[in-house]
Amino acid sequence: MKHDRTTTIIIAAFVLLVVLGKLLPQWAMFIMTVAFARGLVVLGLLLLLRAGLVSFGQALFYCIGAYAAGGLGRFFGISDIFLEMLVGGALAGVTAFVLGFLLARYRGIFFGLLSLALSMILYGLLVKTEALGSTDGFNILPSTLFGWRPDAEWVRYAVLVSAAAVAAFAAMLVHRYLQTPLGRLAPAIKDNEIRVEYMGASARRAVHVKYVIAATLAGIGGALAATAVGHIDPEMAYWTTSGEFIFIAILAGTGNVVAPFVGAALYGAIHTMAYDLSPNTWQMSLGIALLALIVFLPEGVWSLTGKFRARHS
Amino acid sequence: MKIVNVTHGSFYAIGAYAAASLTGAWLSRGYPPMLSYAVMVAAAILVAAPFALFIERVVLRPLYARDEVVILLVTYALFLVLEDTIKLIWGVNPYYIAQPYALLGSFQVAGMAYPTYNLVLVAVALLFGGGLAWLLHGTRAGKLLLAVIHDPEVSRAMGVNVGRYYMATFALGSLIAALAGAFTAPTVSVVPGLGVDVIVLSFAVVVIGGLGSLPGAAIGAAMVGVVRSLSVHYMPQVELFVIYFIMAVVLAVRPRGLFSLAEPRKI
Repeated sequence: MKHDRTTTIIIAAFVLLVVLGKLLPQWAMFIMTVAFARGLVVLGLLLLLRAGLVSFGQALFYCIGAYAAGGLGRFFGISDIFLEMLVGGALAGVTAFVLGFLLARYRGIFFGLLSLALSMILYGLLVKTEALGSTDGFNILPSTLFGWRPDAEWVRYAVLVSAAAVAAFAAMLVHRYLQTPLGRLAPAIKDNEIRVEYMGASARRAVHVKYVIAATLAGIGGALAATAVGHIDPEMAYWTTSGEFIFIAILAGTGNVVAPFVGAALYGAIHTMAYDLSPNTWQMSLGIALLALIVFLPEGVWSLTGKFRARHS
Repeated sequence: MKIVNVTHGSFYAIGAYAAASLTGAWLSRGYPPMLSYAVMVAAAILVAAPFALFIERVVLRPLYARDEVVILLVTYALFLVLEDTIKLIWGVNPYYIAQPYALLGSFQVAGMAYPTYNLVLVAVALLFGGGLAWLLHGTRAGKLLLAVIHDPEVSRAMGVNVGRYYMATFALGSLIAALAGAFTAPTVSVVPGLGVDVIVLSFAVVVIGGLGSLPGAAIGAAMVGVVRSLSVHYMPQVELFVIYFIMAVVLAVRPRGLFSLAEPRKI
């Protein structure tokens, strides 16, 4: 078995970011924080994708996380980043635990469409809820860290480092999970579910667990995005947001837990560049990029590392 | 065809834009307004057909062998592209053509005026539904198509031109979507984002009815329509929510929709 360097890479990348992060311009810090938030959601999506499930409704948990973070500030005056992420993730996880009893029975297109419907239910509810700002959403309190309020020029950096820490921690946990028997069941469920059942494992339970983990990660990502952007609105639960996450997952590939974050950063770059080059047709650029990826790099950008390694060994 | 097609919404929008712009031009030249219906239909078909053929031939054909979910993503990518293409061609300003709508007048039902156009629309929809059912189950081509969908490989071995059936089906489906857009154009203002709204709604409809089932789609559409109007009337705050709620409930009870056939599990 080849030596696994994933954990080392994650820790090295985190240390590098903490050291060099302060040198980044403010806008780059912001883009990277959002990339970490999206990466967390996609990390959860990766778990589901490995089991052959495409959730077109991760936006549901993303939005729950964001609104949990927003609600903490609005109703309790709490603006601590870690508390927001904790509550956002927990709320999303509990929701997924309940919905999981329903969703774990579905596969393929039906899983995707049902999860889409669930996220659209939340969208429909939020749009009509005046107390939560309806379509406009509302603003989030400036972030604090364990009761400490960083100066204006340090806020972005503090948020970025917190995001990176949480992302690194989550990535390592998921990496460990993928090596447990339950985690290794995923490709088997994708290939042939009935044989999984013959082996004595419960595919439904495995899917349920993955769904809850994915939702928790999405909730944390949502809370993170909320405090980074400083504003939330129902658009976060709309199905195109879920489409964005799936785009990143396809872009990244499901080969490694680091891939989602690389994918999210790349997506941020493509998105920003497309917007910069052609503000009116950025969707078209994204669509063409997605098409090209599906045709030429079906395993995602991450598969390039494997090809590279194969050539050099 | 076992394709969940997000691009369908774009064809709806293309049909609506083509009909609105060309019919508008037709009427402003002072040509006979009664013929504007023919212009609407022709515009939708002529503009949408090249898009449909191009997409099927060039983009989808090489990817049929891939997973259903991958195809869904491909159509999502195409949807993004078409959405901007529409903006490039027709701009972002809304189009209005109310004339075909007003032309047919209205009639009285229980003291309320009801536009005749809507009634005609219902008749046209029923006609299309019946026509499609006849095409699928009553003609040789339709039965062959069902066979192709069931097992493309065996059909090919039997000498059926599978590629041509795929193309015809995709084109027909897209043209019907374009026509639907064209017929709806006079009743709404044609604005960007038209396709997004309609595609999620139609997903709800087909999922409620059962994917691939014609009567299912009809009943699903009726359910969604009625429930939506009821909720707009009685509880406007739940309008959007209620459709997806129904979809979730239907799926919870009948996992494959109301009118779906049992599918064998592969071992």
